Amino acid sequence: MDANAAKLLGAGLAAIGVGMAALGVGNVFGSFLESALRNPAAADGQQGRLFIGFAAAELLGLLAFVVAMILLFVA
Amino acid sequence: MSAESGKIDPMHQFLIQPLVGEHWQIAGQSIAFTNSALWMALTFGAIWLFMLGGMKQQMVPGRWQVAVEGFTGFITDMLDTNIGPKGRKFAPYVFSLFMFILFANFIGMFPVALVGAHPFAVTSQLTITGILALVSFSMVVIVGFAKHGFHFFSLFIPSGVKGPMALIIFPIELISFLMRPFSLGLRLFVAITAGHILMEVLAGFVINGLNSDALWVAPVVSLPSFILMFGVTLLELLVAAIQAYVFALLTSLYLSDAINLH
Repeated sequence: MDANAAKLLGAGLAAIGVGMAALGVGNVFGSFLESALRNPAAADGQQGRLFIGFAAAELLGLLAFVVAMILLFVA
Repeated sequence: MSAESGKIDPMHQFLIQPLVGEHWQIAGQSIAFTNSALWMALTFGAIWLFMLGGMKQQMVPGRWQVAVEGFTGFITDMLDTNIGPKGRKFAPYVFSLFMFILFANFIGMFPVALVGAHPFAVTSQLTITGILALVSFSMVVIVGFAKHGFHFFSLFIPSGVKGPMALIIFPIELISFLMRPFSLGLRLFVAITAGHILMEVLAGFVINGLNSDALWVAPVVSLPSFILMFGVTLLELLVAAIQAYVFALLTSLYLSDAINLH
């Protein structure tokens, strides 16, 4: 396989990681909503933790995007 | 650019070009006034105008003052819940950070290309977000050492960890602490860059579909792309606000680590 094709394939494979992060972010907000509906009074106090979880899950997907961009434009 | 050539070039929008003073130099380094500097100046101007209109300190606030006080109250609330009463003196820093990122994100989203200007998102450059993250990180380290001295290192050993486990936990916690500026800067930079690439690619689909020779391409490709682009733009507005919030939130959490040590 020639090196350029391998690069493009690798960038495409890295896009899987972005989809995985979508699962993670959906899980964070989904679980929050599920428990917020059980106890709406406590929901507002947990919004900071919600966004910390969101930030952590999102970061790993963004790292996959960085890998794809490095493969396409830098490597 | 992308529209004329027919090939979509999503990275062109991130190019930093000198506008004035291409040959200004200090010690061999170029100090030209670039488009990045111009958009940063616009961001500061927008924040300045916004704050100026709301700092009248009337007993019965007008709409503008309520808007400004909403922002300041939001940040002080965040610091109160995350740091406690000692966090109030960091409010000016966290507030400036939040406002700069928020305004830079929003101003980078403005469709000024419609009137012929070249839009530029300041926060889509790793140098900018990296420096912001480094400033936050150095503030955490300086505050931590100034307040606790070498006792600050106990931050890396969670309470209750004893004996040989501490030897294993300490390097892990230290590395995770040292990774913070990278994750902080990278998150903002990549979220904005990815959003702008996505919008540029979709806009390229719309324009190329309208320009194509076959008549069926415009309704089949351009119209769905345009609807999707509308949704993505709304999502990016949300992301712009969330990223500014997350940056300020994580900064206040890290400051809380340095001030309260668990």
